Amino acid sequence: MIALKTLPKEEKRRKGMIVINEELCKGCALCVSVCPFHLIQIADHISSKGYYPAKFVDSEGKCTGCTLCAIMCPDVAIEVYR
Amino acid sequence: MKKIFERPKSMYPVSTHYCPGCGHGIAHRLIAEVIDELGIIEKTVAVAPVGCSVLLYNYINCDMYEAAHGRAPAIATGCKRVHPELVVFTYQGDGDLASIGTAEIIHAAARGEKITTIFINNAIYGMTGGQMAPTTLIGQKTTTSPFGRTSEEAGYPLKVSEILATLDGAAYVARVAVNDPKNVIRAKKAIKKAFETQMKGLGFSLVEVLSQCPTPWKMSPSEAVKWVKEEMMPCYPLGEFKCPKEKG
Amino acid sequence: MGKKTLMTGNEAIAEAAVQAGCKYFFGYPITPQSEIPEYLSRRLPEVGGCFLQAESEIASIYMVFGAAGTGTRVMTSSSSPGISLMQEGISYIAAAELPCVIVNMMRGGPGLGGIQPSQSDYFQATKGGGHGDYHVLVLAPSTVQEAADLMMKAFDLADKYRNPVMILGDGCLGQMIEPVEFRRRSSTNRPAKDWTITGAKGRPQNVVKSLYLKPEVLEQHNLGLQRKYQRMIKNETRVETYLTEDAEIVIVAFGMVARIAKTAIKILREKGIKTGLVRPITLFPFPYQTLEKVAEKVDKLLVVEMNLGQMIEDVKLGVCGKAEVYFYGRVGGMIPSYDEIAAEVEKIVKGRR
Repeated sequence: MIALKTLPKEEKRRKGMIVINEELCKGCALCVSVCPFHLIQIADHISSKGYYPAKFVDSEGKCTGCTLCAIMCPDVAIEVYR
Repeated sequence: MKKIFERPKSMYPVSTHYCPGCGHGIAHRLIAEVIDELGIIEKTVAVAPVGCSVLLYNYINCDMYEAAHGRAPAIATGCKRVHPELVVFTYQGDGDLASIGTAEIIHAAARGEKITTIFINNAIYGMTGGQMAPTTLIGQKTTTSPFGRTSEEAGYPLKVSEILATLDGAAYVARVAVNDPKNVIRAKKAIKKAFETQMKGLGFSLVEVLSQCPTPWKMSPSEAVKWVKEEMMPCYPLGEFKCPKEKG
Repeated sequence: MGKKTLMTGNEAIAEAAVQAGCKYFFGYPITPQSEIPEYLSRRLPEVGGCFLQAESEIASIYMVFGAAGTGTRVMTSSSSPGISLMQEGISYIAAAELPCVIVNMMRGGPGLGGIQPSQSDYFQATKGGGHGDYHVLVLAPSTVQEAADLMMKAFDLADKYRNPVMILGDGCLGQMIEPVEFRRRSSTNRPAKDWTITGAKGRPQNVVKSLYLKPEVLEQHNLGLQRKYQRMIKNETRVETYLTEDAEIVIVAFGMVARIAKTAIKILREKGIKTGLVRPITLFPFPYQTLEKVAEKVDKLLVVEMNLGQMIEDVKLGVCGKAEVYFYGRVGGMIPSYDEIAAEVEKIVKGRR
């Protein structure tokens, strides 16, 4: 199951957005360290694969779609929208 | 909003068996992106090594050989000599290329064999549990150098890019890293240039990729990417050691 | 060619490969077979093929692996120590079920040994050599003409079974000059090859591999290989029997030695000793049944080899205790003469052994 974030009503004002696939994420947290706006955190729950996956947290719509997280991800678990 | 970053088509949509934070995942994706951009998936042939990436055929969707340890350049040579129109690349680790396979890589490069080698240097033997590699750094602890590698006992690390750049048949030799996004972007450029070198028939091409290896290094992924920068790069500087001379 | 030419065994083997449509050779010089790569280095460019001298026998066999994976006809050649180096590669080729032809012109061993002929790689060729449960189809010619014929046949068999095929010759056969005619036409019925590495255009990925991590899967793979070897045993066993119908003693020999034995038989028959010969041509599959039949009528066999007793074990298996099996061997490059062989037979027949 893809961890689709339900789009808030402010979606049109967002510049960028990422979708993290929990089935692929191994919780390595490299994306966490490269995001310039610290919009990625490690979740509290364990995924079906047994990892603590990364999750995208961007209530203020700061994501610019820079793709640094996706570039760094070893598991191609991140898709980026802009 | 539209999707601006997604899985390359030449990668199977599966989870890999690699450790969290492993550089293989990034390297595989870069190769697949380059294959997609050059539009060559239907004529690409890969030769997988013995090592963590022995199952490369489960991840990249092209015709593939599974080689014996170190022999990938010889297998690639056999294939390319029969089908020079195919784009043939080997994907090898430091045990495969810099230990048992030193003769094969040197002679493939010396012959100017029109193949590309992606050499993943993690300064250790990953798959077999973390033993010393020819690329292990002085002082680095591994399961077969438990007190840290010393030059008196075990000599000095092999600098493959520098060695191969001395060979006339080697047209493009570069060393890159995948420890931060800037380096990942540069790594992709080098990989693309290497494939283009082959496709233009200019000779042998190799990209050495310094790769973080958290589990055998006994580090977290974040610590591992730092170790690549602070410990590996001084010994293995990044850069292009040989650039192709365009045919006149 | 259709006409007889005087050629050495090495040259005949090389030319036969070209006649069979083999365009790729990867190998390394080693006495007494360097003439094979030398001949092909001149000949393959003439037919639009590729000759490549590799950096070692190890690299050679893996270049063969690479080329064989594309489905093309490819060969290598070497001699005993070089064939030892190739064993891992041969195991890989057999496991991945790739067709190729490997020529071993045997020399004295073990170790660096000598450059004179021997037959001391029989075990290596027929009982494995490399690791795992696999077999190589092994053909043992005894004349330059037969070497050419079997070489051409070898490519057909390699394609038919998707297996490595070995020509087991020796240094003497490689160097001797005899008339040869390239008369056998290679089969035009080549099996369809949907498993080859040619670039995955319009089809799923093909993978040439030998790793099967799940034991139940690897077991099935091995059983499949065994079924193939059973088909080889049923269809490809080749043997020559010579004057065995009325024989009181039968010599068993292969390759060069069998030829010398025929002269010994002439001498013995002139002396009134009715001697026959069983000459296995395929060493794997071995003609056990022929020996079993012979042992029903003949109670003494003499195995003559240029080694210290290798094929004799298979002879004993075939004979199954129904006859006495004696051995005479020369090693180190020494070739038994027809007089020596005749003398041994006489000793046995007259009960002096």
